[in-house]
Amino acid sequence: MADQVLDKKEHSHHTGAPLIEPGHSYGSVTDKISSIVLTRKTPVAWFLGFSVAFLLLMVFLGSTAYLLMKGTGIWGLNVPVGWGFAIINFVWWIGIGHAGTLISAILLLLRQEWRTSINRFAEAMTLFAVAAAGMFPLLHMGRPWLFYWLMPYPNTMALWPQFRSPLVWDVFAVSTYATVSLLFWYVGLVPDFATLRDRTKNRWAQISYGILSMGWRGSAIHWHRYETAYLLLAGLATPLVISVHTVVSFDFAMGIIPGWHATIFPPYFVAGAIYAGFAMVLTLSIPLRKIYGLEDFITMRHLKNMAKVMLATGLIVAYGYMIEGFTAWYSGAEYEEFMILNRLTGPYKYVFWSLILCNVAVPQLIWFSKIQNSVVALFVVAMFVNVGMWLERFVIVVTSLHRDFLPSSWDMYSGTIWDWATYIGTIGLFLTLMFLFLRIMPAISIFEMRTLVTDDKKSKAE
Amino acid sequence: MTENKDNELYGLMAEFDTSEELVEASRKTYDAGYRNLDAYTPFPVEELPEVVGFKKPILPRIVLIGALVGMTLGFGMQYFASAIHYPLNIGGRPLNSWPSFIPITFEMTILVAAFAAVLGMFALNGLPQPYHPVFNVPRFKLASRDRFFLCIESVDPKFDLAGTREFLRALQPADVFDVEP
Repeated sequence: MADQVLDKKEHSHHTGAPLIEPGHSYGSVTDKISSIVLTRKTPVAWFLGFSVAFLLLMVFLGSTAYLLMKGTGIWGLNVPVGWGFAIINFVWWIGIGHAGTLISAILLLLRQEWRTSINRFAEAMTLFAVAAAGMFPLLHMGRPWLFYWLMPYPNTMALWPQFRSPLVWDVFAVSTYATVSLLFWYVGLVPDFATLRDRTKNRWAQISYGILSMGWRGSAIHWHRYETAYLLLAGLATPLVISVHTVVSFDFAMGIIPGWHATIFPPYFVAGAIYAGFAMVLTLSIPLRKIYGLEDFITMRHLKNMAKVMLATGLIVAYGYMIEGFTAWYSGAEYEEFMILNRLTGPYKYVFWSLILCNVAVPQLIWFSKIQNSVVALFVVAMFVNVGMWLERFVIVVTSLHRDFLPSSWDMYSGTIWDWATYIGTIGLFLTLMFLFLRIMPAISIFEMRTLVTDDKKSKAE
Repeated sequence: MTENKDNELYGLMAEFDTSEELVEASRKTYDAGYRNLDAYTPFPVEELPEVVGFKKPILPRIVLIGALVGMTLGFGMQYFASAIHYPLNIGGRPLNSWPSFIPITFEMTILVAAFAAVLGMFALNGLPQPYHPVFNVPRFKLASRDRFFLCIESVDPKFDLAGTREFLRALQPADVFDVEP
């Protein structure tokens, strides 16, 4: 323990900014984070945010109800664009989720201690993003109540799913991802639920947190197995998260559609997912630290590190765009060449160039330390990336499909009001869950923050 | 250990200010011959499990078994469906087209291994446990905040109420408590 403390001190000397502002003890960290849930008055901003989010959730319910009444004809789908907003939004949401797993699992394995104050809500973000993503394939089925046909189950027709189809792989990948993310998140929460159980004065809260904590008592032997399980889960989640977006990219890359049939797709999709996810973590953490006064725990160093990861993955994504162009030219295949020219100069060229602006041009600002040190600037850049990644999926899906092999079947595609309502509605679903999470669960991992407290003497004094 | 009132208590608990003191005290307790002891901390402390006598972690093996079971189930299901139960001859292509079975096999491996890790961890820890005597000590609430506790259980053959209390006091804890069963 003493050695660990020394290590941490040295570490913060090397990098300048601290992971946690000085002067905190085990007790003060515990009190500050648990007070958000237990004692502090819920801020007005929470009520405002929750109201907006809940309103959008109602938009989602409304548009879903109308969809179930009328069928997918209310969406803008046509032939040849049979895959529109549903797949765009699905990929967008799943991608956002990936940063949560990256922060909680991969950065844990790489011993990046700065992950500690952001991993909890990043994991929550993963779960809620996957929930929002899952809505789209379900609703696109037309008859969502028959979703279980996707799973292998004994049935009177002795039928099986088509195991050679990337769409079935996707069912397994996404449902495994959702399950493992939930397990990971819950395991991380158990000791903190125990803290809340021990600290709350409210009988009902004691019982609820008591059940959720499973009677956790912090035994040394329990902690040992706990850490083993947590590390193993991180080790399992790491290849899993990479496999998920790889399989999502297979949905496209296994097809022979020009612009989709490319080997660059899996790594390029994974990088794009992390890129989008970090942008979303920044988008959420900047207001969160402000509203709840968590600047001590989510320091500038966290924001800078996230911005740097965003910049790095953004460059990989930019490289992906470049290689798509190169492959189209180098292949010599006329459909591939046409596709890229159509993407750059065709009817959707404004979408494409907006995408380049949002995803390639604007994020280069992060190279400047002035931008890195400005919370507002980072928030603005992150918003650009959020939009840019949505446009990217729009470009991939629509520009490849709308002008296919036969000019006689070409058509234009745009989302109808119901497409937009469903999409904005899932943002409501995501934010509603996020606000509820902030209200009833510790948004920062308390027990892991305790291990970051460097000054052991301070806690002694308390 | 049987005749007197020792058994009426679950054990004796000492409270410490820092993790270093707790590790030191646990080491002395173990060296003194106590075996039924446990330490309680608000976060994982590296050497502590060994000091209180935890030896062989079997969880990794459970997870490995989970992974192998998941892998076998995943591949077996696809092989059974495609080659045995519902074979479809499509242009003479092989029924056991194993490369396309890899993604689902992989996902099933991860899924079952993850369940093995989580359920295995809870089961080995004996959780969920609705009641445990250590919570009868009012100060124990702070074990999930900033205090460190050592408990010697009365089932320990060496346990003797007066002697053990004396022993714990000699370790210079902040306080010593009786743990009601």
